[in-house]
Amino acid sequence: MGEKILMKGNEAIGEAAIRAGCRHFFGYPITPQNELPEYMARRLPEVGGVMVQAESEIAAINMVYGAAGAGARVMTSSSSPGISLKQEGLSYIAAAELPCVIVNMVRGGPGLGGIQPAQSDYWQATKGGGHGDYRMLVLAPASLQEMVDLVRDAFALADKYRNPVMILGDGMLGQMMEPVMFKDEEVRELPAKEWATTGTRNHPGRNVINSLYLQPDRLEAHNEHLQRKYAQMAANEVRYESVNVEDADLVVAAFGSTARIVRSAMEAARQEGLRVGLIRPITLWPFPEEAFQQAAKTAKAFLSVEMSAGQMVEDVRLAVNGQKPVYFYGRTGGMIPTPEAVLEKFKKILGGEA
Amino acid sequence: MAKVFARPKALADVVTHYCPGCTHGIIHRLVAEAIDELDILDRTIGVAPVGCAVLAYDYFECDMQEAAHGRAPAVCTGIKRVLPDAIVFSYQGDGDLASIGAAEIVHAAARGENITVIFVNNGIYGMTGGQMAPTTLIGHKTTTSPYGRDAAVQGYPLRIAEMLATLEGPAYIERVSVHTPQHVNRAKRAIKRAFANQVEGKGFSIVEVLSTCPTNWGMTPVEALQRVADEMIPYYPLGVFKDIDAEGEDK
Repeated sequence: MGEKILMKGNEAIGEAAIRAGCRHFFGYPITPQNELPEYMARRLPEVGGVMVQAESEIAAINMVYGAAGAGARVMTSSSSPGISLKQEGLSYIAAAELPCVIVNMVRGGPGLGGIQPAQSDYWQATKGGGHGDYRMLVLAPASLQEMVDLVRDAFALADKYRNPVMILGDGMLGQMMEPVMFKDEEVRELPAKEWATTGTRNHPGRNVINSLYLQPDRLEAHNEHLQRKYAQMAANEVRYESVNVEDADLVVAAFGSTARIVRSAMEAARQEGLRVGLIRPITLWPFPEEAFQQAAKTAKAFLSVEMSAGQMVEDVRLAVNGQKPVYFYGRTGGMIPTPEAVLEKFKKILGGEA
Repeated sequence: MAKVFARPKALADVVTHYCPGCTHGIIHRLVAEAIDELDILDRTIGVAPVGCAVLAYDYFECDMQEAAHGRAPAVCTGIKRVLPDAIVFSYQGDGDLASIGAAEIVHAAARGENITVIFVNNGIYGMTGGQMAPTTLIGHKTTTSPYGRDAAVQGYPLRIAEMLATLEGPAYIERVSVHTPQHVNRAKRAIKRAFANQVEGKGFSIVEVLSTCPTNWGMTPVEALQRVADEMIPYYPLGVFKDIDAEGEDK
């Protein structure tokens, strides 16, 4: 067990990745995630790795494609506009079944937007983003400790499913400092990747990394294979935190840094005798539908609080499926919901004014 | 009797999808011969483009990755940085390399990535049905320059070998052609050199190969070969544009 270190979010991700065996990082500057590629540029040479600053986010994600296809544990990071540029590559990576970890420190959008925290890339992260039927595991930490733990898990999950895994943070989580402890000091052995293109001297037969299936029946068979894999991921990898839901009249959904604000508001509400609970999805995909379905049996209403104009709320509505009303409260692009405003929204809903 | 001509080991024994008279087949063979002669097949990783050569991963007997359109040099970079002892090459057409992938090729060259690039320039988008390419010559009629490429409307064709030769990064840049047996022999030497450079760790090597597209040029294969001599080479002169081994010597 290590000691607690005070670190900035972006740098903590870099250290966690290195401790998970990541030796290759391909990045491109964009605020508010620059400390991560900077940390990798400084640290990776010390451990025999390499950080390449690519000419664009597009090149960076395609370097990830090549490196992942060659069998490496590999990471890239960016923020919203840059993640948009990576979507082509992510579709190819998902289709070719290449394990890698992508970090999105979300900033306000659309367009160039702003450089302050937001959660308005939820749809892009969970609903595809690029073209075609594909899924990524999307992990949403709410603290720096959880972030470093999830980065370690992300590499293992990526390898397990041969699939891209996204860490969806925001400008706040990237820029803030908190104490973190790296639990897994040992760099674990990489699982053998017999499918990787390492040269035919290293494996029997010939390996090809590809996403082209010109025969429609073969393309459909490939898609069916991917969908079976996604179904397994959905069955096995759901993670969420549930607080005070059992007796709650109002169940609030919130993820990432917003969940911390909601928690403060929930504690204040409880002090005033209001029965408010929280479901915090940790995997945004797969979404913890069952937690909401269960809660719908006892709760009177649901509320999704987000730093967006309302994206996750759609998944909450799908899960609740009309059984109970689902409300939304959000602020966008660097305007952070305050605990007071969230508490006010609770009172309106519970008072029948929402 | 001694066998004096056989299929290279690196070339798969399959029927290709290329049109009759297309010179991709010759260029594939030259790449395969170079890989055989340098005895590097079992540590070579090829990267196929999007375009006519999209199925190249079925034609070479080494490990292959299929890249997104234009991104092969970035994919090669990722592979080479993970496996520095592997021999990594991309095989790209002019739409792939000179248009959508212009940034990737320039920066891979500028970084001096120790990779080999085979750039097949036939001045047209073949796979998609004969559209104008960044290398389409002025006056040439394509489906998207139906009145002939007009510089006032569509600008001028790119000379990639000359552009890249302005950079410090590349070790070796040559433009060759395959329209006569003599030129095929010269192309073979250049391609082998571009792979040998990588084996020796010399850095980024690119061979631009002038190629034909009888189908979309609307010509017979023989007419198409003649057009390379008459129209392509005057705009795209053959020769060595950069060679770190020859620097300081009389070229």
